[in-house]
Amino acid sequence: MVGADSAAVQPAILTRDVSRHYHMGPAVIRAVEEVSLEVAGGEFAALLGPSGSGKTTLLHLLAGLDHPTSGSIQVQRQELGGLSSEELARYRRHTIGMVFQSFNLIHSMEVFRNVELPLRFSEVDRNERRVRVEEALERVRLGHRRNHRPGELSGGEQQRVALARALVNRPALLLADEPTGNLDSRTGEEIMRLIGECNQTLRMTVLLVTHERALAERFARRMIFMADGRIVTQPGTAAETTA
Amino acid sequence: MKLPDLVDLASGNLRSSLLRNGLTTVGISVGIASLVALLSLGVGLQELAGQRLSRSGLFNTVAVSTWRDARQMARRDAPLVLEDRKDPRTLDEAARREIGQLAYVTDVEPELRFVAEIRGQERSTITRVGGLPLSARNDEAFDTLRGRFFSGPQAAEAVVQLEFAREWNESDPYSILDQEVVMRYAERQPLPADSAEEDPGGGLEFGGLRDTPENARPENDQNDGNDRDDDAYGFSVVRRQQPLRVVGIVEEEPYGGMRSVSRAEFYVPLPLAERLGIMESSDLRGTVRAGSNQKTYDRLMVSVSSPGRVMEVQQAIGRLGFRTYSILDATRSLQRFFVILDLFLGIFGSMALAVASLGIVNTLVMAVMERRREIGIMKALGASDRDIQKLFFVEAGVMGMLGGVAGVALGWAIGRGINAGTAYYLAQRDFPPETVSSVPPWLFAAAIGFAIVVSLLAGLYPASRAARLDPVQAIRYE
Repeated sequence: MVGADSAAVQPAILTRDVSRHYHMGPAVIRAVEEVSLEVAGGEFAALLGPSGSGKTTLLHLLAGLDHPTSGSIQVQRQELGGLSSEELARYRRHTIGMVFQSFNLIHSMEVFRNVELPLRFSEVDRNERRVRVEEALERVRLGHRRNHRPGELSGGEQQRVALARALVNRPALLLADEPTGNLDSRTGEEIMRLIGECNQTLRMTVLLVTHERALAERFARRMIFMADGRIVTQPGTAAETTA
Repeated sequence: MKLPDLVDLASGNLRSSLLRNGLTTVGISVGIASLVALLSLGVGLQELAGQRLSRSGLFNTVAVSTWRDARQMARRDAPLVLEDRKDPRTLDEAARREIGQLAYVTDVEPELRFVAEIRGQERSTITRVGGLPLSARNDEAFDTLRGRFFSGPQAAEAVVQLEFAREWNESDPYSILDQEVVMRYAERQPLPADSAEEDPGGGLEFGGLRDTPENARPENDQNDGNDRDDDAYGFSVVRRQQPLRVVGIVEEEPYGGMRSVSRAEFYVPLPLAERLGIMESSDLRGTVRAGSNQKTYDRLMVSVSSPGRVMEVQQAIGRLGFRTYSILDATRSLQRFFVILDLFLGIFGSMALAVASLGIVNTLVMAVMERRREIGIMKALGASDRDIQKLFFVEAGVMGMLGGVAGVALGWAIGRGINAGTAYYLAQRDFPPETVSSVPPWLFAAAIGFAIVVSLLAGLYPASRAARLDPVQAIRYE
């Protein structure tokens, strides 16, 4: 996988005192407060915490979809704070893949076109696109559903399509935001297994946001806990937190 | 994102809300149709007027005269301009050849009109006779010609005005067709070596003396009453007759009644009239002015290859020392009128398009709101603000292009309907059909281009609004 091997010894994610505050009238909401975090290349880390603890906000900051109020974020040795809007879009295209709780597929497009979308933004050649989409769909075992629309798929299948879409650009980092949140436990496990496969076989760094501790303990090599926008426990090594 | 991908995604998005986008596109097509229909009417009327005038041969014709006769060519109330050039050139055969050799000149013909007696078996009449070049066959006056046109340049044939035919035989004017008549005319002959000899045809002599002291009449001059000697110049007038067969009757005046020859009632081929050496009234003036016995012309009509070259030819003839006049001089105000007419028709037509463009704004703003989450997803997947902006631009452009194409087709159909209605109305009143609405190729292209430009302008605000959407907010939007 592109960048994965070279990033193995370097931290894939490095944040220093990152804060994200929102102003709602006179009140200041501190969604993320002075978070310093390091995730090694090829690591599978889980970000756990109750609802409203700032997990998703931190994930959006790492994805370059949101800007921190203060602090610095480095992903794959790239400082996100100094990037323009166009550069951030390029960063999202080439460096990260995202999976969401509610799948976020575009319902007017068939499975193939949904998975193909990031490649269109990357201006990949049409023939190359076809090869890579088919490869990604085979990886999530949905090659036979390529011409179906999302509405015709089960929740698990939709999430697998979303995973294929996140993988199709061969990113170095996979950011998964509650990918099993809308799925039953058996389907959720299947998705987690697929994510685990990507981490293992593609040496892809995975940061999983979840509130399901049992699932995280089973698949992630390290767990990071958040509460009230802060990291409350960050064990130094994966061995310390692995069950 | 590459343009084919943008077009593909935009087309998919447009198909997903087919009814709304379809109605918006119909709105654009109605706007474009009204624009095309109104402009095609303006263009059609302009072409109609232009065709009428150009078929009359006036637009590609330059009238040439000498500066001596400047006042004749000018309006009656114009200041008298006589002999205002030191050495004005004479419009003679040499000048005719010289003008004929100029670039873009296709023909140089004199305007030949004279008085003659037309004699039939039972009746005779004095009338104005005109010489018509064979090119006059294309004049629209001969569209309704009864009989036929001259069979050749030297054909002993005549075409008469319906008015003349009515005078000839009030009860059955068309009976003159195929009748043999005789035209009695005055021939212009060079002076004989000894003018005392009796002219066998019976005639007169016109002549003059050069106003030099050497031209004093010799004492032994036997020819009392005639001031001429060896240096004298002039011509004899001899009565001649020419049998002719009447082959056609024309109902309208040739050249739209705008040439002096138009006002003749009896026409013969111009080359025949020239060969016959018929004397015109202007020959008397020519004799007084000319410095030789050469035939001079009152006016030459110069045909130009196209109306666009008339100005060049006018300038070239002007440089030869002659005065020129063309109908283009007078029709510039007509052209200005049509430009203004087209402008106002275009403004009225564009109003419907302006309303339609608001429909595009509305549709796209609705689309931005509805597809907010989709825009957020696209941004999360790596679409830049510019990609999103271009996507909405292309959607607006595709609607504009489809609306433009449909609108042009609809406008063309409306134009055809106007033409059919006009033809029916004219037919009810025994008039030939006329094309009042015309859609030239440039109007097709310009209308579609205009529709696309207006649609893109209408897409500016929705596209920039879509591009500015916060992806985090957009993804959370349900």
